[in-house]
Amino acid sequence: MGQVEIAFEAPAVDWWVLTPQIILVGAALGLLLVASLAPRALPDWVSTITSIATGAAAAIVAAVQWAAWDLAPRPTLNGAFVSDGFSLLLTVLVGAGVVMTALVAHSALDRYDMAPPEFAALLLASAAGAVVMAGANDLIVLFLGLESLSIALYVLIALAGRRASARESAMKYFVLGAFSSAFFLYGIALVYGSTGSTNLSGIGGFLFGSIRETDYLLLAGIALLLVGLGFKVAAVPFHFWAPDVYEGAPSPVTGYLASIAKAAGFAALARVLYVAVFEQSTAWTPILVALAFATLAVGAVMAICQNDVKRMLAYSSISHAGFVLVGLSAVPAASGVLQWAEEGGGDAVSSSVFYLITYSFMALGSFAVLSVVGAELRSPEADASAHALSRYGGLARRRPVLALAFTVLLLAQAGVPLTAGFVAKFEVIRAAIDASGYVLAAVAMITAVVSAFAYLRVVLAMYAPEGSADDDDSAPAARAGRPRWGGLPLTSVFAISLAVAVTVVVGVLPQTLLEWSRDAVLSIIL
Amino acid sequence: MGSLLAASGSVGDFPLLNALIFVPAVGALVVALLPRSRPDLARPLGTLFAAIGGALALALAWQFEAADAGFQFVSQQSWIPALGISWHVGVDGISLWLVVLTSVVVPIVLAGVDPHHDPKPYTAWMLLLQAGSVGAFVALDLFVFFVMFEVVLVPMYLLIAGWGYEGRRYAATKFFIYTMAGSALLLVAIVATAVLGSPDSGITFDLQTLAEGQLLGENTARLCFVAFAIAFLVKVPVVPLHTWLPDAHTEAPTAGSVVLAAVLLKLGTYGLLRFGLYLFPEASDWAAPVLVTVGVVGVIWGAITAAMQRDLKRLVAYSSVAHMGFIVLGIFAFTAQAVGGGVIQMVNHGISTGALFLLVGMLYERRHTRQIDELAGIQSAAPVYAGVFTLIMLSSVGVPGLNGFVGEFLILIGSFETRRWWTVIAATGMILAALYLLWAYQRVFHGPPAAADRQTADLRRGELLTLAPFVIAVVALGVYPKPLLDAVEPAADKLLEHFEEHSGFEVPEPGDPVVVDYGDGAGEHDEDGH
Repeated sequence: MGQVEIAFEAPAVDWWVLTPQIILVGAALGLLLVASLAPRALPDWVSTITSIATGAAAAIVAAVQWAAWDLAPRPTLNGAFVSDGFSLLLTVLVGAGVVMTALVAHSALDRYDMAPPEFAALLLASAAGAVVMAGANDLIVLFLGLESLSIALYVLIALAGRRASARESAMKYFVLGAFSSAFFLYGIALVYGSTGSTNLSGIGGFLFGSIRETDYLLLAGIALLLVGLGFKVAAVPFHFWAPDVYEGAPSPVTGYLASIAKAAGFAALARVLYVAVFEQSTAWTPILVALAFATLAVGAVMAICQNDVKRMLAYSSISHAGFVLVGLSAVPAASGVLQWAEEGGGDAVSSSVFYLITYSFMALGSFAVLSVVGAELRSPEADASAHALSRYGGLARRRPVLALAFTVLLLAQAGVPLTAGFVAKFEVIRAAIDASGYVLAAVAMITAVVSAFAYLRVVLAMYAPEGSADDDDSAPAARAGRPRWGGLPLTSVFAISLAVAVTVVVGVLPQTLLEWSRDAVLSIIL
Repeated sequence: MGSLLAASGSVGDFPLLNALIFVPAVGALVVALLPRSRPDLARPLGTLFAAIGGALALALAWQFEAADAGFQFVSQQSWIPALGISWHVGVDGISLWLVVLTSVVVPIVLAGVDPHHDPKPYTAWMLLLQAGSVGAFVALDLFVFFVMFEVVLVPMYLLIAGWGYEGRRYAATKFFIYTMAGSALLLVAIVATAVLGSPDSGITFDLQTLAEGQLLGENTARLCFVAFAIAFLVKVPVVPLHTWLPDAHTEAPTAGSVVLAAVLLKLGTYGLLRFGLYLFPEASDWAAPVLVTVGVVGVIWGAITAAMQRDLKRLVAYSSVAHMGFIVLGIFAFTAQAVGGGVIQMVNHGISTGALFLLVGMLYERRHTRQIDELAGIQSAAPVYAGVFTLIMLSSVGVPGLNGFVGEFLILIGSFETRRWWTVIAATGMILAALYLLWAYQRVFHGPPAAADRQTADLRRGELLTLAPFVIAVVALGVYPKPLLDAVEPAADKLLEHFEEHSGFEVPEPGDPVVVDYGDGAGEHDEDGH
């Protein structure tokens, strides 16, 4: 029991399956080694190029595997890790996230006083953790992935340690993250006690293969797992760390936190819920629905109260997590759930995956804009008000193209059609309605309108003429050696363009990504 | 990647309707990409693109088979097959004139109204507005319609926020939030309609398939209809969902007000017809008493409030509320004349109110005020302006011989058969319209002019040219509305046939004797109908 049938004669370790992780970890360690042995400090671009190349390589390998394996799941390490469409699609996303974060961070490294090799190594290590989480088929492996992601992130935030806010942010994230890890571990223990396995497929097989009375031990275990992962994805009421941490962290890191770290958390959540404890869906669906209600409402309402753009985006990120939860919770009520799953399981998981991918690009792009705007502040000490709404006044005059890009990203987050954000919301709503979740769908759309107000405030501020007077020469003296485009760092421009392009193209022609998301979840649902 | 290319490739082969949408859209892109050193090119180039759209729309009207009640110029391409969504557009007698109106009004205001600053983004947003509005009028797929319905919000929002008057930011946000709140539930209802109402062959968002199938349960259909109706009633707008309109209209730049009045409001009433009556016949019948009441309340409320306004633009805005209330009454009276009259009134309201906003805008350019108190005796200083204003105003009042009369008269006749007492009340609204408009006219144009009033310049040639199409349309459609009626009637008849077939309501034939049941009012009629 607990063993997964492996249909072919596999070696104990299928190295080919683990290639993306090996690339990420190998590059991280290699860069650290070279940086510490090199007689002089490495030029910044070496680290950036390494991160970009590594992220791209991991994504490409995953894409090749996706194409080559025809979506057949490939378990390895005795079933503890599985490479299937789901993990591969998320690996591609993580790779893209690493590339974009590295691009944005490149121009921000010396502003935050972050050592480039360390930054790159930590970024890659956290990405490796995220990839492990996406493919973990064992609770212990999942925990390992979670920890490598989190620990790398604690340090990434603390790297900008010259700023008190970053130190505070790292500390908060560390303490609360450690707590949530403890909850998660306790949950693993209880689930193991109840089912005799930590393997996700094994747990699923056991639960479907046995007839038991209500198992409170298992339910408590599921609840604790939900708490642990709820912290990671910042679902209300486990969200209290998020606004402070997002605000205090350097903007490129915040983008990474809001997109990749969140996506990895949701990937783990989806796999645990749908592979391991799907049999208990009647128990966890209501919890998920309640979390979704709370997350949507709190995220949206708090977002409109913020006068700081970064903090507003942090709360909006919470409300987006609510939308993903709407998707994940779109399981029909007790009767007919098995038939539903056998027929492909509606679009519960695939809509969430689609949402995560599109939101990740919007978040990465938005925080890249924040990073660029933040760089125009000359004294990093006055960071507390760096992203006050008033600082965005007249941005459209100073930087029309940047303002337009930010407008597109904000409107996409608000769910305006012909952007990816709209299709994502549409998909999630459809999944919810498919599962008869009409009230949840309606509430989700109403909160979308509420948060639209928050985005509009920023758009209005940018296009307001008032702020135009305060500075026209705001482009700081070009930093030595950084190529710039119209006064903006070229690497960030590239990252923002990529985010906007993905947002618009997927918004107009979503078919391909929709198909990918559907193919990806085939191995998740039963 | 392969399917992505395939998807974009399949949108090739554009017939007329697609061109009507994509020419302005491409124009917006071209204008947006103009070099920053040549802002002077933006408006001429944008006007050109908009005018090509206008010419194509006139060609569309020319080639339109008036006798054919079905959808013409249909074009259907696969867009998102994973969701059963296709790019499906077509035009019938109900949407034809709205498409023409949109495509003609935008180039006129682009050419005729000076934005004063940042012409490049202004022109691009106007073109996008044209593309989105036309798209919404010709969409035959619920998803496509919703996309277009929402897309027009963004350019309008930015036009108000960027080029409006003092309170523009508040007004723009209010406009966006109101409309978006309305459409939040619309999206849920669209998805629910498609998920629950699709045939067994698979999910589809196709309007005709869903409407002809009528597979929704009674209660589901009613709930969905309520969500649709709320979204459209916000847009119309009816009292009490109308408060965004006076603000948006007053603070919007002149061109924005014109397009808002002429085109965007029609999205609401058009939606009620196409996605209310057609998609949910039974539910429309069920909800009709409430909707008719709301419409009539709008007529009276709008008229009374308009009479109390001190701001000329706000007055015109409230008159819109009254006129749109008439259209709602007509639609939910369920007779051929009333529905047809409603469609015609949509077009005519667009013409006359659009022209009124243009005129008020021109006055503001001269005097930098819209306060009725601060104006007097303009007639002696600007006789041509006063003459045009009189004509347009009389059209708005609904004087016979001018275009405004045709639609209102048809609505009143048609509604009288099925909604007697509502019609009686609404008819007083016509009298009130005469009251508030003539009173305002008297205060602004007559009386002893102050020094500033005497300085008011008369219309320039360019302004006359801008107004000329409106004036011609007002007179021509008033004297000879036949082309309009010919196209609208078959489509309205067909819609009512469909409605009758799927609801308990019996649409009276035009020749039928009017049966009057004085005792219990016409509202009882619906309960009897089932």
